[in-house]
Amino acid sequence: MSLVFNEEQRSLKDTARGFVQANSPVESLRKLRDSQDSVGFSRDVWGQMVELGWGGIIFPEAYGGFDFGVKGLAACMEEFGRTLLPSPLLSSVALSGSVILQAGNETQKQELLSSIASGELLVSLALEEGVRHNPVAISTTAVRNEGGYTISGSKTLVMDAHVADQLIVVARTAGQPGDHDGISLFLVDAGAKGVMISKTHLADSRNYARVTFDKVAVSDSALLGEAGQGFAPLDRALDVARICLAAELFGGVQEAFERTVEYLKERKQFGVLIGTFQGLQHRCAHMYTEIQLCKSLMMDALSALEAGKEKAPALISAAKAKISETAELVTNEAVQLHGGIGVTDELEIGFFMKRARVAQLLLGDAHFHYDRYARLEGF
Amino acid sequence: MSDLTTFRQEIRDWLNDNCPESMRTPVTQEEQIWGGRNLRFPTEDAKLWFDRCVEKGYCVPDWPEEYGGAGFSAKETRIFKEEMARLNCRAPQVNLGIWMVGPAILEFGTEEQKREHLPKIARGEIRWCQGYSEPGAGSDLAGLQCKAESDGDDYIINGSKIWTSYADHSDWIYCLVRTDPDAPKHEGITFLLFDMASEGVDAKPIELITGETHFCQTFFDNVRVPKKNALGVENKGWTVAKRVLQFERNMMSDMEASANTSGTTPRSAAIEHIGLVDGKLADPVFRQSVVRHEIQKRALDKTQQRMADEFAQGVGDMSVAMILKYVGTEEEKRKYELILKIAGEQALGWSGEGFSDAELQLTRDWLASKTHSIAGGTSEIQLNIIAKRVLGLPDAAGK
Repeated sequence: MSLVFNEEQRSLKDTARGFVQANSPVESLRKLRDSQDSVGFSRDVWGQMVELGWGGIIFPEAYGGFDFGVKGLAACMEEFGRTLLPSPLLSSVALSGSVILQAGNETQKQELLSSIASGELLVSLALEEGVRHNPVAISTTAVRNEGGYTISGSKTLVMDAHVADQLIVVARTAGQPGDHDGISLFLVDAGAKGVMISKTHLADSRNYARVTFDKVAVSDSALLGEAGQGFAPLDRALDVARICLAAELFGGVQEAFERTVEYLKERKQFGVLIGTFQGLQHRCAHMYTEIQLCKSLMMDALSALEAGKEKAPALISAAKAKISETAELVTNEAVQLHGGIGVTDELEIGFFMKRARVAQLLLGDAHFHYDRYARLEGF
Repeated sequence: MSDLTTFRQEIRDWLNDNCPESMRTPVTQEEQIWGGRNLRFPTEDAKLWFDRCVEKGYCVPDWPEEYGGAGFSAKETRIFKEEMARLNCRAPQVNLGIWMVGPAILEFGTEEQKREHLPKIARGEIRWCQGYSEPGAGSDLAGLQCKAESDGDDYIINGSKIWTSYADHSDWIYCLVRTDPDAPKHEGITFLLFDMASEGVDAKPIELITGETHFCQTFFDNVRVPKKNALGVENKGWTVAKRVLQFERNMMSDMEASANTSGTTPRSAAIEHIGLVDGKLADPVFRQSVVRHEIQKRALDKTQQRMADEFAQGVGDMSVAMILKYVGTEEEKRKYELILKIAGEQALGWSGEGFSDAELQLTRDWLASKTHSIAGGTSEIQLNIIAKRVLGLPDAAGK
């Protein structure tokens, strides 16, 4: 259980860094935003990513993957966060791929995972129903009928749904909103009758949608895992995505911080570099300490997950909570310490703050994860 | 089984066989073994445990065997500490010799100095104190004025030191003195070792907010010290001093565990004074504060572990060590403030009826935590160091 990326993971990380710096700097996201690109990410860049193997990075070789593990993916996500790369890696691979891996039967895994890995198939998870993450507050229903189920309900914050081929819908086959039991997972064709997808535009210029299911009919074979027992595999999959998202967020935090420190070494006021002011130095030094603590918690969670430790879910919550809080601190300070130029659209620092807030919220903010950590600790 | 797995098992077996049961409980202030010429053992078990550890070199497990250590590698030392912690074994002895001046002598001492001082530290025969700060030189340590004037083969020391912990119970002092008053302030300092029994040394205790008096002001009136007692080169003592401060900061970030002699944690206080309902703390605001503290503390522990792992993989970075003292001591203060809020009146008892010993200790622990973010380089000095040395932010001259 080492708290450091191994040589293979470090080499993956270097590759990821080189790739996004060359192919998807922050400027690319700005262009996508300004041109109101209907896809919202570059299919060309995603195609190259798939070719380089990122589409199957966490899947076992038996399903067309490369088996680098979540630690390997997280190492890359950190680099992707540094340039705010928009791609379906989180939605289709880390999140939906993990749900299929955790809940799917052999046939489903064989069919779906290799297609996700090869980029032919994009799958999005339709989970949230409220304004904040809550994986048990499910009121979308799946009613049993002959040979299948009928799904009705509304979902929000569905990442990349507007380009998805299939959706994994978290629906209730029994129980009440808030219950762990009774949650089921269904694969639904994004073009099926009764599915309506409308893209939402959030501050981070990434891709989310609200999706309604109006009496959508699916067959029994659409069920992933056992009816009513979907929460446990879902939560395991969410944990994979949570730590990957935390790693992405952490990459953005480091980038915003480093840019800020560099700015303090260039900007002059009162005839001196503003980096000479102790008031600013201490704020930067404090941020540095928080960033180091984040890194330790991220590595702690990844190592526990890799080793299959029972405490892994709590540690993932610890990491997501701490990184989310630090993201708020650092991106706010980054804007503030840049002064007037910090609040202009021209400077990229604002992009980091906007992405941070959405990434903090997605899959559970600090408040959610402190609560989850406490619950898992029996406190 | 790897060698380290075997090693861990051997240590575990040895501790199981040799550490008396009574030495596996949290140590109280009175029972802490500091070593020195006046060493007395509070119990038979304490003596037995001390003697067994001394024999194996376990008071200083990472020192070479020839100087009284056990010769453990960094990894072995870590395992040793983990196993000690697992059984809640008390440290056989704690003192500034082990933590600070010993490692400095190992690094900067002559062979003669190593042979003279290190085994005595390892065996707990000499207790050391630290003469750094002066009434006029706190955070600006290099501004120190205590002078050492040359007189043949000796120096004559005149001046005063403050915050010399346990100076009144210590046998030797490592002391920063000014040997060249005309040089720039960092370049005229010598790191000197001398016997507190020397003529002209006087230590007066200072009472702290905790009510304790283990800090002293120490006065030197024409104290004669042989020049060969300098550690490192004359006028180059600042280099040694900085290194010792690093040892001190690393030690202080570890303080949290040993300092909390009341044994109270925010969680234990919350369970006692607020209570769980259906396995959940009844107050959601305190619940979040407690969890936040626990995660911060884990982050600090894991940062130390991560540093060790990074060095083991050849990607280590000493910059990370710079955060430990600041984070450790600041979080310790937050921890006690949180316990105070949770335990209310029971955490503010000063003396007499109505409070357990642990509760009275808790009040002292809370106050003592205020000293840790000041001693050994204030939090503000730590932030200065991070800003300049790690982040490369320019200093006021614009350099």
